[in-house]
Amino acid sequence: MSFDLSLIATSLPKILQGLGLTLNLLAVSTLFGLILAVGILLMRLSHRSWLVWPAKAYIYFFRGTPLLVQLFVIYHGLPQFGFIRQSVLWPILREPYWCSVIALSLNTAAYVSEILRGGVLGVDKGFVEAGKALGLSKFQRTTRITAPLAVRLALPAYSNEIVSMLKSTALASTVTLMEMTGVARTIVADTFAPYEIFIAATIIYLVLVWIIQTGFTLIETYANRHVRKT
Amino acid sequence: MADIIVLEKMNKFYGTYHALKDVNLTIAKGEKVVVCGPSGSGKSTMIRCINRLEEHDGGRIVVGGQELTDDEKKIDLVRREVGMVFQSFNLFPHMTVLENLTLAPRLVRKMATAEAEAIAMKYLSRVRIPDQAHKYPSQLSGGQQQRVAIARALCMNPEVMLFDEPTSALDPEMISEVLDVMTDLAREGMTMVCVTHEMGFARSVADRIVFMDQGEIVEVSTPAEFFAAPKSERARTFLGQILAH
Repeated sequence: MSFDLSLIATSLPKILQGLGLTLNLLAVSTLFGLILAVGILLMRLSHRSWLVWPAKAYIYFFRGTPLLVQLFVIYHGLPQFGFIRQSVLWPILREPYWCSVIALSLNTAAYVSEILRGGVLGVDKGFVEAGKALGLSKFQRTTRITAPLAVRLALPAYSNEIVSMLKSTALASTVTLMEMTGVARTIVADTFAPYEIFIAATIIYLVLVWIIQTGFTLIETYANRHVRKT
Repeated sequence: MADIIVLEKMNKFYGTYHALKDVNLTIAKGEKVVVCGPSGSGKSTMIRCINRLEEHDGGRIVVGGQELTDDEKKIDLVRREVGMVFQSFNLFPHMTVLENLTLAPRLVRKMATAEAEAIAMKYLSRVRIPDQAHKYPSQLSGGQQQRVAIARALCMNPEVMLFDEPTSALDPEMISEVLDVMTDLAREGMTMVCVTHEMGFARSVADRIVFMDQGEIVEVSTPAEFFAAPKSERARTFLGQILAH
């Protein structure tokens, strides 16, 4: 078996043509996922069982099934129903891009809501009591005390989830999207050199993960500037 | 004198555990009351009921003329007139000292930032740490943090101050700096309810001492009576234990 280093070099710029779509999927899904996660979190933390149970069921379903299966159900499964094809949602659901964004967003929302819940539960009850004792309303306690402290506690786990999301965007290649992995697979089909091409893709993913990690380290350092350095 | 806190036949349960049993206590404006007793006697639970950090299960609590019920609006009204200092300080760790002090005046009293900061600096001077205004709580010693916590409560200009074992988490050398601030406050006429084991403070500052054991108020006396001749056997035992050393 021959190994062609130059093939890695020549395929890198081609794979980078998929970088924009990879980052687009990551950013859009992360944003939608976060918004959804906050909603699910509020349901999950409410004391009304008719809100808690749907949230629990949602989390159980999306954490309990493979993302690839969720993507296939949305992309291949839903169009089998005539009413879906006739609905106003069809212009969205027939697009592989939007199917990917929907699957990624729904999936990450389940994880992120649990990450944030962990943060909320980690906030010392004493700080909330101090807020109560000062006469702050529930909304003020939530926005000024619980939320900022919970976010700080959740940051390390959240950065983990973003890294995980970056890698999950590769699944979009299975529904024809030409993000980085999609481009790489196309080149492999042309060159029959999976080793070199996927190594090139690996290098790009590792650089992206490094950027994400470093970014979160900076954010964590800034967010925890109030903690005494010893 | 007007009664600012009235507890009438107050009961509190944790599950089947009867934490407070028919507690009756009336505190007048300007009075300084020290609550003492063995651990698990219900002292903290009782003062935490006064600003409804705990809900009582029976009887009545009236604070500043407002009866505490499930009515959230009334609870907030009571809380803004009742300052509280906790054993573990509970300063908001992500805010500077100044932000800790101005948060509630700005949000609850709708005060302008400049005015809230002026008041905050006034109270920081009163507790003798104006130079720490821009530090974070974690950069202060325990004694300094507790003085900030007292200043934070005072910034709301409360009618009553509740102290829940304010010196129990402090290193011994920092206890007096906190007690000095509390003594100043008492001299200025603040109504105070203090759960504490600092018997020296109780003797010099308290108008009345409330001794609790097993969820009951066992006796209420003046410090002179309480330390010289406690009425109950349980109080004698308690004093024997904490004054032994």
